[in-house]
Amino acid sequence: MEIRSNEFKGRAVFAIHDASLQQALGKAREGFVGKRAQQAAELPEFEQLREEAKALKNHILDHLDHYLERYEQAVTAAGGQVHWARDAEEARTIILGICKRVGAKTVTKGKSMVSEEIGLNEALIDEGMEVVETDLGEYIIQLAHEPPSHIIAPAVHKTKDQVSDLFEAAHGGPRKTTVPELVDEARRMLRDKYFRADVGITGGNFLVAETGSSMIVTNEGNGDLTQTLAKVHIVTSGIERVVPTLDDATLFLRLLARSATGQETETYTTLSTGPRRADDLDGPEEYHVVLVDNGRSRMLAGRFREMLRCIRCGACMNHCPVYGAVGGHAYGWVYPGPMGSVLTPLITGLDNAYDLPNACTLNGRCASVCPVKIPLPDLLRELRHMQHQQEITPAMQRRALKLWRFAATQPRLYHAGERIAARLLAAIGRKGRIRRLPLASAWTDVRDLPAPAGRTFLELWQGKRGKS
Amino acid sequence: MTSAREDILKGIRGALKRGPLDATQQSALATRVPAHTRPAIDEDAVERFVRKFESRAGTVARVATLRNVPAAVEAYREAQGLPQRAAVGAGLKSLRWAKGWEVHHGAAGSDEALAVSPALAGIAETGSLLLASGPDSPTTHNFVPDDHVVVLEAKQIVMHFEEAWAMLRARPEGIARATNIISGPSRTADVEQTIQLGAHGPRRVHVILVG
Amino acid sequence: MLTMSRYPNESMGTDMPETAKNGPRVGLFATCLMNVFRPNIGFAAVKLLEDAGCTVEVPDSQTCCGQPGYNSGDFDAARALARQVIATFEHFDYVVGPSGSCMATIRHDYPALFEGDPDWAPRAEALSRKSFELLSFLHDELGVTQAQARLDAVATYHDSCSGLRGLGIKGQPRALLAGVEGLKLKEMQDAEVCCGFGGTFCVKYPEISEKMVDDKIRNVLATGADTLLGGDLGCLMNIAGRLKRINAPVKVFHTAEVLAGLAGGGGIASEPGETR
Repeated sequence: MEIRSNEFKGRAVFAIHDASLQQALGKAREGFVGKRAQQAAELPEFEQLREEAKALKNHILDHLDHYLERYEQAVTAAGGQVHWARDAEEARTIILGICKRVGAKTVTKGKSMVSEEIGLNEALIDEGMEVVETDLGEYIIQLAHEPPSHIIAPAVHKTKDQVSDLFEAAHGGPRKTTVPELVDEARRMLRDKYFRADVGITGGNFLVAETGSSMIVTNEGNGDLTQTLAKVHIVTSGIERVVPTLDDATLFLRLLARSATGQETETYTTLSTGPRRADDLDGPEEYHVVLVDNGRSRMLAGRFREMLRCIRCGACMNHCPVYGAVGGHAYGWVYPGPMGSVLTPLITGLDNAYDLPNACTLNGRCASVCPVKIPLPDLLRELRHMQHQQEITPAMQRRALKLWRFAATQPRLYHAGERIAARLLAAIGRKGRIRRLPLASAWTDVRDLPAPAGRTFLELWQGKRGKS
Repeated sequence: MTSAREDILKGIRGALKRGPLDATQQSALATRVPAHTRPAIDEDAVERFVRKFESRAGTVARVATLRNVPAAVEAYREAQGLPQRAAVGAGLKSLRWAKGWEVHHGAAGSDEALAVSPALAGIAETGSLLLASGPDSPTTHNFVPDDHVVVLEAKQIVMHFEEAWAMLRARPEGIARATNIISGPSRTADVEQTIQLGAHGPRRVHVILVG
Repeated sequence: MLTMSRYPNESMGTDMPETAKNGPRVGLFATCLMNVFRPNIGFAAVKLLEDAGCTVEVPDSQTCCGQPGYNSGDFDAARALARQVIATFEHFDYVVGPSGSCMATIRHDYPALFEGDPDWAPRAEALSRKSFELLSFLHDELGVTQAQARLDAVATYHDSCSGLRGLGIKGQPRALLAGVEGLKLKEMQDAEVCCGFGGTFCVKYPEISEKMVDDKIRNVLATGADTLLGGDLGCLMNIAGRLKRINAPVKVFHTAEVLAGLAGGGGIASEPGETR
């Protein structure tokens, strides 16, 4: 997928003025935040589980090679096949290879962020295949020719009216206007696709080394229809999604739905272990897993190892006030919000996403709800540090920082500067405030600047109490 | 040229600043027993199962013995206005159906309206059903028909997921190809966060609780 | 006047310094914004600390905590400032500042900045342990339970992010404000959500910041409160400036000003004599 993260500023401003988007975002904010808080409150062990999940993920990452090998052995023993992909292109090639070998015409897809990350749909369509997204949200944005704007609610930016328009254009009239009608129409349209599909592609929330199973967690059941009815089932997943045992997966399951949609559990949790067996009456004839690295093993080396704990619940973006203001498309690639602001520069390159780590107030609300306790603000700050070191940061800002450091490390100079500023701003101020200040227009375009009274605290203090 | 597999594993080990784990380390990991916190539950397992399952728009009818199941299915069928036809998991082959019923044990086709499946376990923690695929319980039964009836014996209800995994491991055939944990009817909230049942899977899931 | 449930605090324990018999010796961290824009907060802090029995000094070799450098990714500059703060304040029993943001930098970020540095890491950690945001210091360390002040107002309280999530400041200001005569506290929706200040964020991304501060203000106005209180001047300047811009009749004060009985006039971004 094309990376447009460097257009963040412009896209953000556009998003803020998009009334439909703001209406949709407002609804999402209320729903997700409140429901998650309620679920967390109803489970006394919730905070304990977060600690344990963090520790477990760290354990897995410390032994990632081992668990991936165990997982591969178990998949193979169950009759499945594991493929390894160093990068997006390799992953696409593997999947295209399978699809072509079986002469695939129709490919159904359950929701998979990794497939977005590797730009799979375009590659399949380019080869003449019909690709059908079956998750309702993904289906909506496929009709709209848009990327997802949220990792668990891909069409969260669309209002019902917009969905009505899209369905009318794609399916013909009469125009459906209620949610039940719209959902029914999608159900009808997609039914036939499941049965016709040659290949069904899903993601994998967890890969269980103990049993060689991939696990998906959904509400709609589309992932299950996709993988049960197609002749070939392909799972795409990041290498960091492996877990040692079913009991380990359970720890994450207890956190995932609560953190993501604010449900105690999603409707369907499905373990898939190999292809159709001799006495099975249904199920795919082939079962493949494509393990995608795409920058992950590199992340494992340093500070960003913590990011690999991510279980893709979306709680960080649900609680992010910047995401809440601009929505997911402003971020310009696959992963939006706080987790996306860390992942995008790491996967696509620091200079491809300058704004993402910067467009954050470091308010920490994301980290406070992260089920695996990823210190997202610290990681974003670390990315700023790397930008600074590699001089990707604008020269103006670097010069300003140098000047600030020069002054601030010389208290007398700094205080003199503060005294001058206090006097100058006091002189400009009217009624205690400044409405326009040319050099600080980014402040005064939005808000008044409080005017100082004229003398600094240190001055006044020294006047009262003498030097200390 | 090295394979992607070798490269990735090498990359991981490089990042972890070590070589492959030796046999001792590997066996330590193989014998590791996870002991994560399980939610404390101070409630009868069967009661909790029913309460939780119903909280997500599932329905439950209780009967005394397996012999009562066909009548309970008939009552459900009648209430929903369905024809007397069902795909029934072969695990329930012993059930005796009243005259007029047309029952088959194959996979569910696109026109299947009703399926009746045997559950392997009920999980009280979340009020979820656990179904294991196989000739006795084809996966299509769980997802294709609009109405899904699941037969669950009260003694199959366990408190936590971990106990259900243990039941799965203990089967002679081991882990099923598809293990479906089902916590109610299919649902979506993808249009304006409005919850709508019957997105792609069953519109209704009805448990016949035996015992 | 302050009422204390216990003093001296048990937590001052065995290594209770010499000076503690006259009350602890506190170095006041005079934040940059306070120093220039709102000295009144500094005097309020001094009054509260002295009322609680502290000896307060304001060292003039202090400047900035270094957070602007740290958050801009210039860790070297942040370290340079941190060394200066450490050298200036390490001889005090406590460092206290009327800002969750600056004090969280000293408490959390200094140890991180000097991790692995044999000389500075121990000094950073020692300073971190005795650095406190003003209200949490009064309430949690000194056991102050009630400030005797009066303000006839209906106020709502904004939880500034670094204080809230970095230092666990949530109950302390509310507990202390509950004792202010004439003051009625009304909680707003999303009190814990960022106001859009974020240091340089608000000038780097003014449109997003504007959207965020407008959301905040909508919640403030929905309470019907005539006064907004908070513990970080940056956030308060942002919210007050926007309130003024849209002519909303809500006064803005730092919590310390109210508790010290120094919340006169029109508040932040108003003339001292202004009453609206």
